[in-house]
Amino acid sequence: MVENRPFAQFMAYLTLVIGVLIVAFPVYLAIMASTFDTATIINGNMPLIPGDQAGENYSRALFYGGKLAREPVAMMMANSMIMALGIAFGKILISILSAFAVVYFQFPFRKTAFWVIFITLMLPVEVRIYPTYKIVADLGLLDTYTGLIMPLIASATGTLLFRQFFMTIPDELLEASKIDGAGAFRFFKDTLLPLSVTTIAALFVIQFIYGWNQYLWPLLITTQSSMQTIVIGIKKMITTTDALTEWQIAMTTAVLAMVPPVLVVIFMQRLFVKGLVETEK
Amino acid sequence: MAGVTLDTVRKIYAGNVEAVKGVSLGIEDGSFCVLVGPSGCGKSTLLRMIAGLETISGGEVKIGDRVVNQVEPADRDIAMVFQNYALYPHMSVYDNMAYGLKNRKTPKDEIEKRVKEAARILAIESFLARKPRQLSGGQRQRVAMGRAIVRKPQVFLFDEPLSNLDAKLRVQMRVEIKRLQRALGVTSIYVTHDQVEAMTLSDKLVVMSGGQIEQVGTPSEVYRRPETRFVATFIGSPPMNILPGTVEGPGRVSVGGQSIAVTDMREGLTPGSAIEVGLRPEDVQAGGTGASTLSMDVDFVEELGATQLFHGKVAGAEFIVQASTGQLPADTRKLTLAVDPANVHLFDPQTTKRLGRV
Amino acid sequence: MEKRAHISGWTLPLLLILPQMAITVIFFYWPASQAIWQSFLREDAFGLASEFVGFENYVALFEQPEYYRAMGTTAIFSSLVAFFSLAVALLLATQADKNIRGGHAFKTLLIWPYAVAPAIAGVLWMFMFHPTLGTLGRPLNVMGYNWNPMLDGKDAMILLVLSATWKHVSYNFLFFLAGLQAIPKSVIEAGAIDGAGPFRRFWTIIFPLLSPTTFFLLVVTIVYVFFETFGIIDAVTGGGPAGQTTTLVYKVYADGRLGGDLGGSAAQSVILMVIVIALTAIQFRYVERKVQY
Repeated sequence: MVENRPFAQFMAYLTLVIGVLIVAFPVYLAIMASTFDTATIINGNMPLIPGDQAGENYSRALFYGGKLAREPVAMMMANSMIMALGIAFGKILISILSAFAVVYFQFPFRKTAFWVIFITLMLPVEVRIYPTYKIVADLGLLDTYTGLIMPLIASATGTLLFRQFFMTIPDELLEASKIDGAGAFRFFKDTLLPLSVTTIAALFVIQFIYGWNQYLWPLLITTQSSMQTIVIGIKKMITTTDALTEWQIAMTTAVLAMVPPVLVVIFMQRLFVKGLVETEK
Repeated sequence: MAGVTLDTVRKIYAGNVEAVKGVSLGIEDGSFCVLVGPSGCGKSTLLRMIAGLETISGGEVKIGDRVVNQVEPADRDIAMVFQNYALYPHMSVYDNMAYGLKNRKTPKDEIEKRVKEAARILAIESFLARKPRQLSGGQRQRVAMGRAIVRKPQVFLFDEPLSNLDAKLRVQMRVEIKRLQRALGVTSIYVTHDQVEAMTLSDKLVVMSGGQIEQVGTPSEVYRRPETRFVATFIGSPPMNILPGTVEGPGRVSVGGQSIAVTDMREGLTPGSAIEVGLRPEDVQAGGTGASTLSMDVDFVEELGATQLFHGKVAGAEFIVQASTGQLPADTRKLTLAVDPANVHLFDPQTTKRLGRV
Repeated sequence: MEKRAHISGWTLPLLLILPQMAITVIFFYWPASQAIWQSFLREDAFGLASEFVGFENYVALFEQPEYYRAMGTTAIFSSLVAFFSLAVALLLATQADKNIRGGHAFKTLLIWPYAVAPAIAGVLWMFMFHPTLGTLGRPLNVMGYNWNPMLDGKDAMILLVLSATWKHVSYNFLFFLAGLQAIPKSVIEAGAIDGAGPFRRFWTIIFPLLSPTTFFLLVVTIVYVFFETFGIIDAVTGGGPAGQTTTLVYKVYADGRLGGDLGGSAAQSVILMVIVIALTAIQFRYVERKVQY
């Protein structure tokens, strides 16, 4: 920067600290709420320092669930985890293969295939929700992990990301591999895959968060409580009449729901930023 | 080991662009052949067809006695050094060199022996565990060479391997490539646009332009007796001066009214017809006297240290003369150039072909 | 852009691309075309028979006052979230871009809400602004402002805007910061030499250079508000009170699921598709033009 006057410095700190506090405050409240009992919260004067019910709340939420729904949050988390991992790995797998095909081969209708995939970039699942629901129902995939995962991996982001990365790999590397006697499979395994590790990891981070946070689709296609994901579970805990809402359990669940994706962002920040920036361009 | 034979090889790209227009060439076993020409002349395409990286649209490529048109690159028994080296960035230097052997199921101890041997020859033994990005440009170049050597191929192919290096390193590596090729005795085909590299490296020099061969010969043949005006101006630095002239009679041409004698002149040229007269800057004697002289108006002088280049005009055409420093004052405005009849090259203005003795 | 070198053969690439093609066709093209087809059909009350009715579903849609209200709601919701999330993100990004100690830590502390599910973000803010027990909602009522997002449409919208903005600032912040860091320092230094003060430098040099980023983020934010905020709306207001926070996407959901009007819902889907495609096309044209510079 050109100059850094003490006053400008001070203003920068002040703005950022206020920003961080506003960003953190709702989550802080949720964490506090997860350490009190219902009565303390309901009377409307919840203290801003932790209470002593944390152990009770977390163990009850994880292994028993809310009074009304009675689904252990641990099970919901397992479902969310399966869905998120399924979407992340599924997308990585199908898109790295299709990008490999589109970039490194010439075959009939290659351009068409690319456009067929590319167009899906524009339309999120929300706009075609009922027909998709009907197809999944016809295929007998309601209340299955397959039904939960498959429609959400049908998107172009991964293919485009890998295509973009493959285009930066010099042609000579393939030519050198050819001369070194490596066929398509060996080139993929020995050269392309090791070079793609960072891209794969970045895509994984983004897709894991995307999968974990899905709402509308699981809401529609899961009817059995045993298939519920945690994001859906919370909503069921609080949409009943106020008097019955166990806020401490709902907030405990909210905290639990935030932990995996937030940890991923914090500890894999570099990959997260890379994935975010590159899937968007 | 084997020689390489090309028989009317063609490359036609989609859209009917003919990049290589029927090239025939024999490269003897163990020789060092350099393909030189400006960018887009088809030299790289030709090399890549020999490597098997481009399909061959017409004609035949033979390595030894085997026609390899339909043979996969890996099975042609060739090795290639790329301009950008094309080292596998995620593999160590050792693995880069060993990869091709591993793919061919060479026994492990044999691989190790060959890699160590190549590393010793190229003086890269201490880098074997490193990744390419930890190496300097020159070191990467050596690894790329090592990868070619370990395979013990019948033919080495080089695609402008030195153009990513700085000038000093380029000279040094040039010498090493030559020495290595001599020592190994492997047939080598080397593509470059740099005429100095071409002259110094080659046993056989192939000058290409527009998808065709302009001339094939030893470096000195090509320099001494260029077959076309293109070759004449492409090989040599600064390039040969070309002056407009007319035929006076057998062994005599006139340039801007000044008559000069020529040793190597086609017989039976019609007196009075137009002709192009080529003179190398280093072949005319500035300030000299004799039977054949030209007068030159000097515009400016470039000092190169040991030599000076006088830029100016002769008979209205741009002309450059090289002279030893100190031989003439730098503020010389007019020069007399003595021309040795043996150093005059004549070209047909229409066909641009040499009009020398048949 | 094309590769010069290729691997020969075409059965292998077809096999490689098959999984993605199959999934795309089954779960994308097939339902999307179904949506278009259904938008021209009317089902009877039992869903047993359907007849082709042309554009009737669309006509019916545009005769519904609720549809216009949903449009209005969507427009207000999008513009408010877009304005606040871009403004706050830009403010934070310009501060974080100053060479201050701990800049990296601030970045980490500001980007994590991206990882929070929209529905959860909604729940957090609802808890905080709950009229009777919320740490911030209750004091509002105590002070005499009659705050109740469950009953008041305006309050409900404010709550939605707050939670949607909170969740999205992190994303915009990250891209603004990247955009700011890509501006060459020499340009800003030249501005300083030309006598522009910090404030002037920002509006005359930095902000114009950021305009591609800003435009990109504007489109992304609008798409975000259209679709991803579904979870926030469903968790916080359920489209209420009295349909006052029902956006276009929420209406597709509600009409199809609760009302069982598949034809009308499909017609709405198709209109949404057209809007998204238009937004994307605008963005691509813009990006393309930028590339030509």
